Amino acid sequence: MKLSDIIVPDAIVPALTSTERDAVVRELVDALVAGGAADPSVRDDLVAAILEREKKGSTGFGRGVAVPHVKHPSVTRMAAAVGLSQQGVEFESLDKQPVYSVFLLLSPEDKPEEHLQAMEVIFKNLSKETFRRFLRQATTVEDVTTLLDEADNQQLA
Amino acid sequence: MARRRPETALPTCSTTATVVNRLGLHARPAMAFVDAASGYKSSITVKNNSDEVDAKSIMQVMMLAATKGTKLAITADGEDAEKACKELKKLIESGFGED
Repeated sequence: MKLSDIIVPDAIVPALTSTERDAVVRELVDALVAGGAADPSVRDDLVAAILEREKKGSTGFGRGVAVPHVKHPSVTRMAAAVGLSQQGVEFESLDKQPVYSVFLLLSPEDKPEEHLQAMEVIFKNLSKETFRRFLRQATTVEDVTTLLDEADNQQLA
Repeated sequence: MARRRPETALPTCSTTATVVNRLGLHARPAMAFVDAASGYKSSITVKNNSDEVDAKSIMQVMMLAATKGTKLAITADGEDAEKACKELKKLIESGFGED
């Protein structure tokens, strides 16, 4: 699985307007709805489920990244949004530091293997210092898509 | 990727554990595993077929993409190695309280 298989191009938000977790989750779910990856009728449900999941344990795993996610019956195929913040988002991260890159993932309920593969590809990249640094330097959708392509083609160290 | 094991005379322990819960080692159980592993002084690695990672790093453990049925090899080095192996195996094979 590649990043380009799951990331919805219309749901790349290079400058998040909010610096607060709940609002960022809403912003990225809205981007996925606008990009056609989720039905508008389940928007509130998705946001509530993702925030509920965060309350059980933050997906702000440290190093400035967070991967909020939900498995939902309305989702038929894996879809992810990418949101970047220059200021940093308060995400109740494990290392208590602000988050600069958010990957928000929607997964079908009945495909746990695909969910794990999507998490694998996301973390494989997020664990690379180069990837995190370039992501943090990206300011446009084009910057982000170029970086994702490079990552998919293993052009990053 | 994985932490290099120190070449000392400290006790080493290896075991394998099979993931039994339906959803596999997704974020919540991965966190529980990393939390448990972090409670030991030993350096601990966990390995699926191809990747060996630091059991105390959530980012690395998520990279294992361990689905139900995956056999994980756990290796611990340090004074509490044996206890770490035993307890981490037990945790995985308990299904993390999931179905």
